Amino acid sequence: MAESYTTRLDDALNWARKYSLFTYPFVTACCGMEYMATAASKYDIARFGAEFPRFSPRQADLLFVVGTITERQAPVLHRIWMQMAEPKYVVAFGVCASTGGFYQNYNTVPGCDQVIPVDVYIPGCPPRPEQVLDGLILLQKKIAEATTWVQRRDRKELELAAQSTDGRKRLPVVA
Amino acid sequence: MSKADLDKLVAQFPGAVVSSHSNFGDDTAVVTADQLKDVMRYLRDTAGFDFLVNVTAVDYFGREPRFEVVYHLRSMATGNRLRIKVGLHEEEGGPSAEVATVSDLWPTANWQEREAYDMFGIKFTGHPDLRRILMYEEFIGHPLRKDYPKEQRQPLIRRDYSLG
Repeated sequence: MAESYTTRLDDALNWARKYSLFTYPFVTACCGMEYMATAASKYDIARFGAEFPRFSPRQADLLFVVGTITERQAPVLHRIWMQMAEPKYVVAFGVCASTGGFYQNYNTVPGCDQVIPVDVYIPGCPPRPEQVLDGLILLQKKIAEATTWVQRRDRKELELAAQSTDGRKRLPVVA
Repeated sequence: MSKADLDKLVAQFPGAVVSSHSNFGDDTAVVTADQLKDVMRYLRDTAGFDFLVNVTAVDYFGREPRFEVVYHLRSMATGNRLRIKVGLHEEEGGPSAEVATVSDLWPTANWQEREAYDMFGIKFTGHPDLRRILMYEEFIGHPLRKDYPKEQRQPLIRRDYSLG
């Protein structure tokens, strides 16, 4: 009985959370223009409850990694992510943030998931605003289903998955 | 445009100019490393090249001299342009390629020489602050050298993502 109450409470909380995302745009490259287009009136990200970019990670719960991440920037990105309040979500915006894109060289991180856990990858170079909104809707779906990285970690699913693959127990990952 | 300037330079420093050409209107002089400073001072103070457009380097791996540092000069008064190159040997296991700094003649050379040092490992003697400018302190090697494996990353941080 208690368990079912908890579940219903989580559902209600997740429903509320998915419509009140506060974005921290970590903008490093040309994808920033598409981010601005998405946030501005024509595509109007406010329709999905994520209209308010906060330029302080302490006040944000959604990290948009917009653009190429270099090896030199990677510790900064990690620190920004660590500073965000829980529960927090990460969207890799564009191919550079997702995989490193066409940069195959000594100074580009091949995807920001090498540094922080990513919930949604939006392809495109840069992605159209429609794709970004599609990614945001996908993230809302994941929040409602409680399948984002933070939510899975809180349910200890990640440790269980790691145990089942090779039978060894690992220390929980901070990042 | 500045063939006259080039001819004057060759006449002034017959021993310093290794070769020169004016192909496609690009007046170019290759000078020796030990006389570069004198040539540059003459070009700035006497020939009127008051603007150093850029400093960069090239790695001709397998050729001697291996490195070349390239200076593009411009005179704001006449609009003339001149390119100065200096070839630099790199001794096997010895000191890295060295050339005198021109950052005391043109302050803009300060950061550009730092970039050439960062990317190619060329040592600019007399430079006030020869540190890496683009790569991080922990980086080993010089990434634009032809013998640096271009996809060899040196990460500062990586997540243990065995846990999803």
